[in-house]
Amino acid sequence: MAFYRSHILVSVDPKCLKKGAHEILDALQDELVANGLVDEVQVLETSRIGDPDLHAPDLMVYPDGVHYANLSVDDIPFLVEEHFLKGRIVEKLKARERLVSDEELSAPKSKEVRVVLRNCGKIDPNNIEEYIAEDGYMALAKALTEMTPETVIDTVMQSGLRGRGGAGFLTAQKWKLTRQVPEKIKYVGCNADEGDPGAFMNRRVLESDPHAVVEGMTIAAYAIGASRGYIYCRAEYPLAVKTLNIAIMQAREFGFLGKNIMGTDFSFDLEVRMGAGAFVCGEETALMSSIEGKRGEPRPRPPFPSVKGLWGKPTNINNVETYANVPQIILRGPQWYASMGTEKSKGTKTFAMAGDVKNTGLIEVPFGITLREIVYDIGGGIKDDKGFKAIQTGGPMGGFIPAEYLDLPVDYEALASVGSIMGSGGMIVVDDETCMVDMARFFMEFTQDESCGKCVPCRVGTRRLLEILTRICEGKGQDGDIERLEELSEEIRAASLCGLGQGAPNPVITALKYFRQEYEAHIYEKRCPAKVCRALITYEIIDGVCTGCTVCARNCPVNAISGERRQTHIIDPDTCIRCGICMQVCNFNAIRIN
Amino acid sequence: MLKFLESVPANDPVAKPEQRQIIDRILNENKNLPGGLMVILNELQNQIGFVSPSMQQYVAYRMRIPVSTVHGVVSFYSFFTTTPRGRHTIKFCMGTACYVGGVPQLIEKAKQILGVDPGQTTPDGNITVELCRCVGACSQAPVVVVDEEIHGRVRPNKFPQILRTVQDKEKQISEQAA
Repeated sequence: MAFYRSHILVSVDPKCLKKGAHEILDALQDELVANGLVDEVQVLETSRIGDPDLHAPDLMVYPDGVHYANLSVDDIPFLVEEHFLKGRIVEKLKARERLVSDEELSAPKSKEVRVVLRNCGKIDPNNIEEYIAEDGYMALAKALTEMTPETVIDTVMQSGLRGRGGAGFLTAQKWKLTRQVPEKIKYVGCNADEGDPGAFMNRRVLESDPHAVVEGMTIAAYAIGASRGYIYCRAEYPLAVKTLNIAIMQAREFGFLGKNIMGTDFSFDLEVRMGAGAFVCGEETALMSSIEGKRGEPRPRPPFPSVKGLWGKPTNINNVETYANVPQIILRGPQWYASMGTEKSKGTKTFAMAGDVKNTGLIEVPFGITLREIVYDIGGGIKDDKGFKAIQTGGPMGGFIPAEYLDLPVDYEALASVGSIMGSGGMIVVDDETCMVDMARFFMEFTQDESCGKCVPCRVGTRRLLEILTRICEGKGQDGDIERLEELSEEIRAASLCGLGQGAPNPVITALKYFRQEYEAHIYEKRCPAKVCRALITYEIIDGVCTGCTVCARNCPVNAISGERRQTHIIDPDTCIRCGICMQVCNFNAIRIN
Repeated sequence: MLKFLESVPANDPVAKPEQRQIIDRILNENKNLPGGLMVILNELQNQIGFVSPSMQQYVAYRMRIPVSTVHGVVSFYSFFTTTPRGRHTIKFCMGTACYVGGVPQLIEKAKQILGVDPGQTTPDGNITVELCRCVGACSQAPVVVVDEEIHGRVRPNKFPQILRTVQDKEKQISEQAA
């Protein structure tokens, strides 16, 4: 067999053909013959390499891994002489990196470490072979053939991996408890009911790297002795459900799911179940009720799911991100994983950054990084160079963290120490034009609506909290409201059945703790310092700045703005509903709030 | 046959042969699945568009479970609706980022143009306006979801444009029909 030192793969994608891929092929052959390289360099045809719209016609040189793009026949003699005769890469013909237009996941910033997100945007989620090419299912093979279930649990234990769903329980400890129960039938469940507003890490992993979750779950099933698994995904994520189903089908075809996985006597299969728009189903006992086809109401613990879970059988439930970490830990070893993070929180964590920060989107950072590094170094600081006011972590059950704690290292314990939680990883940055009474009211509106109604403290308590907060926002706050909020919050926290109720007052408690003066301004001075609460503000058009372009008048939903073209307009305060549309559409910043 | 089937309104999917066929297929495929009720209701909502009281009774009858159980589940989850919706749905994301990013203003605008509040359908049956939970597209806040399509960074003055795409589609359909 002939041995070639180099291979040139020329894309014969239809677009490349149209732009002269055949001519390039001919020219390459001619040049190689002319330079006496035909026995050393092989030319092959292949399918698409780069982005045909951007790169066609293009080719790839192996083993160098160099991608040349936008070639013309005239480039070929120079290319062959430089690269294959002299061994120099022709920089000017190299493909320009495709500009990342991914709004959610940009190229890793310097302080990021990508473990869970490593394949996102890199592999085709609908093609199992691409996952396998990135060492996919190697960890499963290693676990099934080289490790006992006990050593798998030990390995995960040593890595220090903690539940990424929010509570931060040691993953291996949970597995061990489930394994210990002497029952024949056991289940593994994956919590993909990512309901926190502002959090989309799990959606992205499921949509871009579903096999990592499938592999992680299969390894967990092997460790605890389960034969069946369920992924519970929320109905708001139709694409994630579709991608998962394709992934599961392909894994079955390849023998990674089903009977006698990889020829061993371990059998396991998986199924996706869809939610139907109930936030509380992210709570693990409610999630199990929902999988069982019932109302998604939580049940008291104990008994814990590891003892009595789905259909009364021991069930291990972990979050998407937890499972996605597992294959990497098995493959690269627990020491590698434990080398990242802080003393008690090991590894990396994905966060979804949103709100008033310049670079919104997903990030993955090692534990121990400070909030300041996240907001300013990775997030690029506050939009429009406004001031930082607070960061809200952990979703509607989490709390606000003010600027004074920006240097806090991010781990489970540190966030809890300032009254917030890690949660699943939503991070919402708010600037100094955000009203903290309004924000607390917003979260309370959410929890009040999503409270399942099973236990009284949560059902009635959140309602009362919302009423008081709404009253304050409307300028009808009374003396003693702050104390009432505090007392009620404490009671809801202490007496609620599940995490939803216990965490529901957190936004109120932290907002009161760090931004009390704003509440006082609302109640006693009937003033909204951030100029947000509608009942306490008026809009005004600044004379001299207004050009009379009529944009505001045309966009006003209640026709409260009048004025002649090219003349300063006027807002009628009695008709105005303070929606703020005029301010958003004004191109001259001619509208201010008083 | 059950008594209630006689009292099913003629315009209910249970009473319409072609829709009944779909309902029966969904039931036959899933009724023995562990936890199958949720799967069935999700499919019905998806393929029929709503789960009417008669459909709930029919599901209960075929699954041999109390109607109260079925209704309990239907009323618990916000995705299940018991009345038909408009041919198109416009959902406003009520996630935190969208709320901060200006969804309340967009809702105001929609109310002004369409004349209906969230949760209602326009009188011509074309468009249902809904508020929904975070769709997880926070980096593009504020987000409006038209049918399955996500529109990000929507400004109030850009909203009519989005609306026009739906209205144009409807116009085309009605013109073709004519």
